[in-house]
Amino acid sequence: MTAVANNDAVAPTHIETDVLVIGAGGAGMYAALEAAQAGASVVLADRSLIGRGGATVMAQMTVAAALGEQTPDHWEYHLSDTLAAGRGLCDVRLAALLCEDGPRRLREMDDWKVGWAREDGHIKQAQAPGHDRPRCAYVDFLSTGPAVSRTLRSQLNSANGIRRIGDLMIVDIALRDGEACGATALHLTTGQAVTLAAKAVVIATGGLTGLYRRNSASSNMGGDGYALALRAGAELIDMEFVQFFPIGHLAPRLVGMDPIMWDPFRYKLGGKLLNAEMREFEQDYATRDTRSDGRYVLTRDLATYAITREVEAGRGSPAGGAYLSFQHLPEADIRSAFGPVVDRLAANGIDLAKHPVEVAPIAHYHMGGVRTDTTLQTRVPGLYVSGEAVGGANGANRLSGNAITEALVFGAHAGRNAAQRALQSSSLWQPQAADPTLDLLRSAQKRDVPNLAAVVAELKALMADLVGPFRTEPKLRSAIQAIERLKTDIGEVPVSSAATFDPVLVDWLDLRNMLLVAQSVTVPALARTESRGAHQREDYPGLDENWGVNQIVALSNGKIELSRSAPVTGRAAA
Amino acid sequence: MKATLAIQRGMPGEAPRLESFEVAFEHGQSVLDGLRALRLQADPSLAFRFSCINANACKECMMLIDGKVDYACTVRLKEGVTALAPLPKKALIRDLVTEIAPPDERLWPRA
Repeated sequence: MTAVANNDAVAPTHIETDVLVIGAGGAGMYAALEAAQAGASVVLADRSLIGRGGATVMAQMTVAAALGEQTPDHWEYHLSDTLAAGRGLCDVRLAALLCEDGPRRLREMDDWKVGWAREDGHIKQAQAPGHDRPRCAYVDFLSTGPAVSRTLRSQLNSANGIRRIGDLMIVDIALRDGEACGATALHLTTGQAVTLAAKAVVIATGGLTGLYRRNSASSNMGGDGYALALRAGAELIDMEFVQFFPIGHLAPRLVGMDPIMWDPFRYKLGGKLLNAEMREFEQDYATRDTRSDGRYVLTRDLATYAITREVEAGRGSPAGGAYLSFQHLPEADIRSAFGPVVDRLAANGIDLAKHPVEVAPIAHYHMGGVRTDTTLQTRVPGLYVSGEAVGGANGANRLSGNAITEALVFGAHAGRNAAQRALQSSSLWQPQAADPTLDLLRSAQKRDVPNLAAVVAELKALMADLVGPFRTEPKLRSAIQAIERLKTDIGEVPVSSAATFDPVLVDWLDLRNMLLVAQSVTVPALARTESRGAHQREDYPGLDENWGVNQIVALSNGKIELSRSAPVTGRAAA
Repeated sequence: MKATLAIQRGMPGEAPRLESFEVAFEHGQSVLDGLRALRLQADPSLAFRFSCINANACKECMMLIDGKVDYACTVRLKEGVTALAPLPKKALIRDLVTEIAPPDERLWPRA
């Protein structure tokens, strides 16, 4: 595992390792820790800083696991809530892995001093929508994700055998005879190509919410890992299911805070959602689904539906969302629940005791992802997946609190399984495996193209407007055409603007991935002529029992290929 | 409202050059909002680091803002001129990008 700075402009820097982990968010860090603990040498690569990007660090919310600390619980109860939220499409083996192993991972994090909020000597667990009992641990105040990231970063610092490399953008998985043997990367700070030989590769790049105009994730969550997996020959599953978080912050402009911060306020204080007439409207929508049972809490897909409908009916707030009000609460209650956060809000000119804020649905999470077996290996031998990038566990809609649990659980399993493979096999690396990608990078040229940053913005706008929470055939067809047009616009030759830290080349490489992933969402969304979970078709309202199938996306001669598969409902193989 | 961003640009070993851009903004928008708008409207080659955009979670957008080390995502745009420069005590990579990763998280630890 040594890197030699090269003076020869042609030969790329080469690094060898047992396990390569792509992406250093929660899932990637956990995968690296487990792989190293199993005895493998690990390279943990991230396109930005280690442990700072991705979704985990942004998550201010809660982590679901059947710890039974607040109230008696069993992971089977957690599983049944997870499956119900997934509306018939979960891979029950992956969902069971998530729920069964969750408590162990949360306790491990507790041992590592993550600082779960406690009450009367036990870990405090809050009730979140869709759960049958209080199950969600958190770190005060709104610090769950940052605390999880910090804890994993500090474990990485003291772990042996993990080499961390930031500013390293993985461009393609390297293959030999259809098996993963490493990757080819662009080192952003020097502009040089880097080749990495690895006996197993773990994709931990998170989801694709960066494809949408308004989203709650880091800027680099454009679905890189899905594109890497597709081009390597892996399959994607449930790609049409993009979760919109119903009450993302909309107005007034709020800086220095996560836009999805209002949910914990609602759990603790019960804020009211109001339309432009200052009338609560959640009840109007609560009977659409038997699971919501007319209760105050709507699951995320129903709340997204409710707010969008109110806006469409002309009852939206001035910025185009709903009001969220805490004005019915005494100021002291708000202060005692959120302490220093109240001051951060004041710095943004927000006083919850006096004025409501405006909220609207925001792209938050992606249920779909790379299709794996129960070892989290794709159909490409040696290529593993972890965290949000794994498809199947959450079906058509993710239960709140399952995302960080899945980062930890799937991170650990993918890391350990990748290490086992690596320790049992010899390197398949051959330099030619990197050639296609090295040729691509070498062909980058300064040329006259549309402003690629603006093309990225255009793609995000069209995904939000045409492939958002409410879809129709005309919208989806026009999205597919627009994506094709953007593909033609950017061409097949990379564009560069500078020798080092070139944002234009990064935009081009991002668009190469994003456009492929945007197609992988839109094509199955058009095919699914029903409404289920996070996929809502205005022209096909209601769930169609014939559509109780997963859609699988693969790449065949550069073209998206769609097929169907019955959901895995038996756990025998788990 | 219009803000003018006076940005110190260039590579290591080059004489830094100052380029000024005007950007329209709404009350409450951040310096990072302005930089991102500039890439879309004026110059996509402008290099600066950011990841979380809004949450002050990633800490990547640290730069010199009107002579003070601060985060572009939390400082608000203002009317008139705002001076932006790379961090003075970190190795310059390009434009507003400096080497801010801890040494053992770099490809070449001493690079």
